[in-house]
Amino acid sequence: MLLQQLVNGLTLGAVYTLIALSFSLVMGILGVLNLAIAELFMLGGYFGFAAILAHWPLPLALLAGMAGAAVVAGVIEKIGYQPFRDTPVVTPMLSTLGFSIILQNIATNVWGSDPLQLADEVLGGRFTIGPVSVSAMQLTVMGATVVLVAALAVVVQRTSVGRALRAVAENRDVARLLGVSAGRLTLLAFMLSGALAGAAGVLIGLHYAAITPYIGVEIGLKAIAVMVIGGTTQIWGALLAGPLIGVVEVMTVAYGGSQIRDFVVYGVMILILLLRPQGLLGGARADQGQRV
Amino acid sequence: MMSTYHAGLLADVGILLLGALSVYIILATGQLSLGNAGFMGIGAYLTSYLTVTVGLPLTPALLCAALAAGAIGVIVGFPALRLKGIYLAMATLGFGEMVRSFFLNLDAMGGSEGFHGMHHISLGTIWTWAAGILLLVVILERSRVWLDMRAVRDDEIAAGLVGLNATTIKVGAFGFGAAVAAIAGGLFAHHHVYIEPGNFSFERSIDFVLAVILGGSTVGPGALVGALLLVMLPEYLRFLADWRFAAFGALLIAMLLVRRQGLLDRSLFRLLAPRRPA
Repeated sequence: MLLQQLVNGLTLGAVYTLIALSFSLVMGILGVLNLAIAELFMLGGYFGFAAILAHWPLPLALLAGMAGAAVVAGVIEKIGYQPFRDTPVVTPMLSTLGFSIILQNIATNVWGSDPLQLADEVLGGRFTIGPVSVSAMQLTVMGATVVLVAALAVVVQRTSVGRALRAVAENRDVARLLGVSAGRLTLLAFMLSGALAGAAGVLIGLHYAAITPYIGVEIGLKAIAVMVIGGTTQIWGALLAGPLIGVVEVMTVAYGGSQIRDFVVYGVMILILLLRPQGLLGGARADQGQRV
Repeated sequence: MMSTYHAGLLADVGILLLGALSVYIILATGQLSLGNAGFMGIGAYLTSYLTVTVGLPLTPALLCAALAAGAIGVIVGFPALRLKGIYLAMATLGFGEMVRSFFLNLDAMGGSEGFHGMHHISLGTIWTWAAGILLLVVILERSRVWLDMRAVRDDEIAAGLVGLNATTIKVGAFGFGAAVAAIAGGLFAHHHVYIEPGNFSFERSIDFVLAVILGGSTVGPGALVGALLLVMLPEYLRFLADWRFAAFGALLIAMLLVRRQGLLDRSLFRLLAPRRPA
């Protein structure tokens, strides 16, 4: 029973990890909270569903969700972030909020406000390992997350683009003096972040075998908490916080009250903000970033 | 005689005006709160408890709820001092969600079933409170206190150097804003005569902020214009039918691009005000 809950928690945690990474890519590099990520996540789910309903194979559907969300994220960067680059951080946050209103409305009109359901299970089958039963879908969700996180790690840590991203995160002006095209990189950061959110959307849609236009607000907001708990200024904190929150949530539902979990998650987020603003994994206090 | 349809819209405007003012007061000290629906929820539940279960009349119940929420606002305001900008916004967002989750679990007040039994109040009552508090804010804007608040917003360190107590000002603004949001909640509960935790979600907090940003975030009457826009515009955009919220989001982005301070601002007031003889 305990192990079973652990597996369920890790599946949910995998999705949280992806969205939290998506938030913290933009937050860590540009210091901007892109509220539209919640809806990019939802939109990615719909794109993936559309692809599956068109009988595309699963990996292609995942890619379709990622590509679709990345393109929309690029548009958001052009209209909702670039013009506001030199304004107080709250302004770009509000403009991304405008986008999230638009995206939710579009999804409601195109796909309807009722949940869209997959008729038959795309990936049936369960594996029983000792007392634990893992569905093929759960394995897919966790496996895809591991692959995506590894790919992101390679891009950020090993490529020249990744080095440029980290340089802009460190100091935008100095990075530009050294010849980094900051404008192109912000676009890249937004699109990478969108692709991650889109992937998370496809995966959670597959996991629940259903999707609604309102899934973004519910899970996206929680992912902000996951990002904060992991640490906002460096992106890898989400790798610890995502699975942690996923497991804690599933455990509180299984052994405590079903609704008390939100109270716990957001409470922990506020405590982290107050007591350890650099997040669980953040090292030196210099990692805190500006709080202004 | 006004139709019930228009009366309902006007009631929404009045309640939203109070919510927007609650954000505006806190924003005047440079703090953005995304959790004011939480204070509104506290006010709604507390007022309803006092009128339905305890049997108090509405006015004292509203005042009690405002005081209690104000106290909670002050308690929230102290830790908020440690956070700025986007971090404060995220923390208040968390606070709002915690309050919603708390009421969802509070079986004594119906939990997820919601709570009812309140008496319906007239449009006049809502607008007496809304107009009264708007007037209070406009008067306050002409006072020394408001100058202090703006000084703290513009430069906290400089404000401290000239002898202002930034802590009192920021925490006080949180308390005052929370009290106003609680009154909005109490009126909401007695207008709809039914409340559930879902009424006080993140979207509600966002509505408050949007009203302030659209109407004008530097002058009190901006909240009134913003509330009117936010309620009436989707009605007038009905010809856009299903797409009116998208149009609304686009309008928000356009407004931020063209006129970041919102529709109303100080220079507009100066332009409209009759010139005083020199």
